[in-house]
Amino acid sequence: MIKVLFFAGLREALGTGSESLALPAEIATVGALRDHLAARGEPWSALAGTKNLRAAVNQQMAAADAAVKPGDEVAFFPPVTGG
Amino acid sequence: MPVSVQESDFDAGAEIAALSAGRDDVGAVASFVGLVRADKSADAAAVQAMTLEHYPGMTQQALDAIVAEARGRWDLSGVRVIHRVGRLLPGDRIVLVAVASAHRGEAFAACEFIMDYLKTRAPFWKKEETPQGGRWVDARESDGEAAGRWASGGK
Repeated sequence: MIKVLFFAGLREALGTGSESLALPAEIATVGALRDHLAARGEPWSALAGTKNLRAAVNQQMAAADAAVKPGDEVAFFPPVTGG
Repeated sequence: MPVSVQESDFDAGAEIAALSAGRDDVGAVASFVGLVRADKSADAAAVQAMTLEHYPGMTQQALDAIVAEARGRWDLSGVRVIHRVGRLLPGDRIVLVAVASAHRGEAFAACEFIMDYLKTRAPFWKKEETPQGGRWVDARESDGEAAGRWASGGK
């Protein structure tokens, strides 16, 4: 299992802030997980449509080619706007 | 406790004073305070309030990492970062970055560096409330450029 989190406008578009799911064996990267979720159709296509979508794995900023494995916490969110 | 993420307001004067309290090696304290601005530009409805969302598990360590990077680049006597979350009103304080050093050059540079990195690496998101409804603030390209100029160890 992995935990997936969504924040800000993406959280609102998806109507959920988190879910747990069994990681399909063929999904090994952040980008593949994003594509897997986006392929569910509306509203999940927002994951593909969010401009400059960012991600973190285990609370560290991660690129699309970063590895994902069972037990990880993966977060998707728009570019940050704090400060 | 150099980094705090909190709903409550802060006393910038007290935080700045604390950076040099009881020591005689601090020659400079540079600080930045970010405030909620009521944006009244022509194409934007006036901001009535703002809500700061964050990623609780990641925020603290992201800010800690930014402070650690600043300490690796400059010789600093102390650093204090406070970032508020929750609902804020125009004029409210959002963020404090204060840096103490022996000389002003390092304090100024490190303060700006921490703010620039915070704006592109710390997981906070602003949502504005306007008479027309809520809208998420878009990231500005200029923020990415401001952070990018520190790449390759720039000082």
